[in-house]
Amino acid sequence: MGTTGLPTNITQGSRTKGGIGESTLRPDGTLKVTGEFAYSSDMWHEDMLWGQILRSTVAHAEIVSIDTGEALATPGVYAVMTYDDLPTDVRNYGLEIQDTPVLAHGKVRHHGEPVAIVAADHPETARRAAAKIKVEYRELPVITDEASATAPDAILVHDNRTDHHIGHVPHPNIVHRQPIIRGDVAKARERADVIVEGEYVFGMQDQAFLGPESGLAVPAEDGGVDLYVATQWLHSDLRQIAPVLGLPEDKVRMTLAGVGGAFGGREDLSMQIHACLLALRTGKPVKIVYNRFESFFGHVHRHPAKLHYEHGATKDGRLTHLKARIVLDGGAYASASPAVVGNASSLGAGPYVIEDVDIEAVALYTNNPPCGAMRGFGAVQACFAYEAQMDKLAARLGMDPVEFRRINAMSQGTALPTGQVVDSPAPVAELLRRVKAMPMPPEQQWLAAGEAADVRELPGGLSNTTHGEGVVRGVGYAVGIKNVGFSEGFDDYSTARVRMEVVGGEPVATVHTAMAEVGQGGITVHAQIARTELGVTQVTINPADTRVGSAGSTSASRQTYVTGGAVKNACELVREKVLELGRRKFGTYHPAWATAELLLESGKVVTDAGEVLADLVDVLGDEAVEVEEEWRHRPTEPFDLRTGQGFGHVQYSFAAHRAVVEVDTELGLVKVVELACAQDVGKALNPLSVLGQIQGGTTQGLGIAVMEEIIVDPKTAKVRNPSFTDYLIPTILDTPTIPVDVLELADEHAPYGLRGVGEAPTLSSTPAVLAAIRAATGLELNRTPVRPEHLTGTA
Amino acid sequence: MRVTFTVNGRPQEADDVWEGESLLYVLRERLGLPGSKNACEQGECGSCTVRLDGVPVCACLVAAGQVEGREVVTVEGLADYAKQRAEHGGCASGACGTADAAAGTPLDEARRRAARGTDSHTGEGTELSPIQQAFIDAGAVQCGFCTPGLLVAADEMLERHPNPTDADIREALSGNLCRCTGYEKIMDAVRLAAARQSEGV
Repeated sequence: MGTTGLPTNITQGSRTKGGIGESTLRPDGTLKVTGEFAYSSDMWHEDMLWGQILRSTVAHAEIVSIDTGEALATPGVYAVMTYDDLPTDVRNYGLEIQDTPVLAHGKVRHHGEPVAIVAADHPETARRAAAKIKVEYRELPVITDEASATAPDAILVHDNRTDHHIGHVPHPNIVHRQPIIRGDVAKARERADVIVEGEYVFGMQDQAFLGPESGLAVPAEDGGVDLYVATQWLHSDLRQIAPVLGLPEDKVRMTLAGVGGAFGGREDLSMQIHACLLALRTGKPVKIVYNRFESFFGHVHRHPAKLHYEHGATKDGRLTHLKARIVLDGGAYASASPAVVGNASSLGAGPYVIEDVDIEAVALYTNNPPCGAMRGFGAVQACFAYEAQMDKLAARLGMDPVEFRRINAMSQGTALPTGQVVDSPAPVAELLRRVKAMPMPPEQQWLAAGEAADVRELPGGLSNTTHGEGVVRGVGYAVGIKNVGFSEGFDDYSTARVRMEVVGGEPVATVHTAMAEVGQGGITVHAQIARTELGVTQVTINPADTRVGSAGSTSASRQTYVTGGAVKNACELVREKVLELGRRKFGTYHPAWATAELLLESGKVVTDAGEVLADLVDVLGDEAVEVEEEWRHRPTEPFDLRTGQGFGHVQYSFAAHRAVVEVDTELGLVKVVELACAQDVGKALNPLSVLGQIQGGTTQGLGIAVMEEIIVDPKTAKVRNPSFTDYLIPTILDTPTIPVDVLELADEHAPYGLRGVGEAPTLSSTPAVLAAIRAATGLELNRTPVRPEHLTGTA
Repeated sequence: MRVTFTVNGRPQEADDVWEGESLLYVLRERLGLPGSKNACEQGECGSCTVRLDGVPVCACLVAAGQVEGREVVTVEGLADYAKQRAEHGGCASGACGTADAAAGTPLDEARRRAARGTDSHTGEGTELSPIQQAFIDAGAVQCGFCTPGLLVAADEMLERHPNPTDADIREALSGNLCRCTGYEKIMDAVRLAAARQSEGV
């Protein structure tokens, strides 16, 4: 265990205890370990009903008829609603393109699409009533891949598209297309001494957050509704919910209930509108909780992808060019597909210097499950492909794979294929050096305990499939690049309200934002920022709700940067007001009030030289100082639709991994022995939370490498494994030690120099594991996840 | 039907229980004890782990009628349960620690940070079992949805096995899924609780 622990090169932040840079503990920690923390599925209201959704049993069909009579007649049932019962003309929703029906209208486009909703006095009554609804389908051919989507006679998944991408896509079954073109690939190809091509396949991953989609809608006397729900972005939900209900936004009051993980899967709406519709229809509170089976249908997944890559390099190991085509399956509805295309294309070359690039990325409309946001989206799929290519190139050139990457590594000042010059640290070579320098786990660990092999340390574990015979070790490396924040010209702001007053004889700061705390520890960091900026010990974090301005989404590794930035900014404005108050009250007593740089530290106003001027308690007296303010990072711009050129991303984030695996080559069983990570975080506001993000992200990358995949039947487009029995996520036995080396190179554009942390480790983890398995087996392995049959030649 | 059983040392009675209801449903929806979590309801994730007559089980796989007359401990009762175990001399081997085991130096230090009396908003000042405190201190809690089940499972493992190796910990907790942490901080927390427990002996 020795290598795991707090990184040594993290500096401590403020002089007020509990400020930034310290590993302060979660404010919700005690509630979470005692079982008192109220998650969205724990909501309860007297007299509440339970909602149930009836979902389509087929992937693509016309709805001939729906008969709700028997369901409505079931004792205990209060309401059954279909498309025809929707209260307004706004009957679709969507993050960017409003193409998703609240309830199916005339047609279903994927397996598990909501068709009808039921409210009853017991969840089992609601389930049984929903099962009594008779839906007659006339099945249509399914579109499941690029060939069927773009065939000349292909049925259009969406007729009469009017969204802003339709003008530049080559086919109406393509959601969005983004080329990135720079230099002259044909000419550069002539300089290449070796050319390496690969066709890569990336499976469909599920976020598999543990807290199921759930919430409670309570009808209010004013005709509005109060909604308690787990989400990633309250105001985005609100914008989509209110028009469907026919209510002004101020009559849909949303409060964040406890969120049991998210990872992108809560960016889109799930049960929000359905619960509100049933509550308004019945006049009673309505709770909806998905079970795990339904959860697999209730949120979007990570886009599966097919990626074709061609790289060239010179004999001395320099990349000449890249030509790539990335096809992402967006499924039946658009969700975040356009942004995923933007990331996959703009980051498709990876963290390398390549002058001549021709990348095309598209997302398809198909009848497969809708895909959208998941940790690292777009960049994850591309990283799997370009890192496999790096290893192939190094092998062809007879070079060490890390040395080959070092030679081509980008750095601060490199122009990416989008033309954007990276203007903050990009320590790609240094991260590789660090992760390679970490001590290796001992060989044959299973023998370390004694004479007999401890099978728990071997591939296959307690299945007792090997005692070491046929087991081969492999080591692999990978590095990746991820954007931080919303890109391509999006107005990516956040809002914070900060109040300072004396409570119980002590100065207290109150922070109110709409940021969704999904487990990442944003609320911990907000309290730290308030302590650092305002010199208080006590910070109260108000629950997130829509009574304060939007915080933007808890995604894209952005919340510490953007809502953290908003909290810092609001604190600075509060501090100015507090100092103004101090100058009015006490300015005449000491010249430093007018001349010195003043700080708030440990409950006092002090000069930058450390001289105490006043207690905050005396400065504030009976007054409360409050500021609510929006905050923005520097703007980005859209990528040119033909060339992909543009200052598209706010910030970049880098991580590198080294994977050590042991493979039972006879049975195709893999044990990941260690998965070491080095990552630059700019500034670790909370080192303990940073490690948690890196280790958690790394493990989700491990999952897609060796086990996680939603299997969709290519003939029917139906999901075959919607359960934790058949869709496997890493257990504590599957997960190795994850030593982490944290680098802190400040980004001068970001608050405190910080860099978004959450996603980068999910990128390079997967290709590092694949590289290690390739090293152990000598197999090419062009798809992920790798299953035993791929290693034994029995696939 | 009516189900009568003991939860966290208190007699409980649930009326009008439908025969298909699970112990998990009765705890969460009828007895106001939502601490046991509903992540999969198919016995795969361990987030609903409770102790039934001392044995860790997935409450989602236990029919409510099966608990008639039996004793259940949930995460809500874990602190009391650990305290009583310590006061009554712990397990048969005598290696389960004492009340002082929960007050070793590092734990003490951790508690000072939160020593402000019980706060209904944050729960600060609540008396915790050693494993609960260790989960907070080690950063083993992120979203926290897996936490109650892991705590019950880890506490039971430490009761049986006060000085576990890493392989022992992984084996004992392999029925509890966590999606946030990558398990490293959970390993740290269990090691920390075991170390504090043995320091106190």
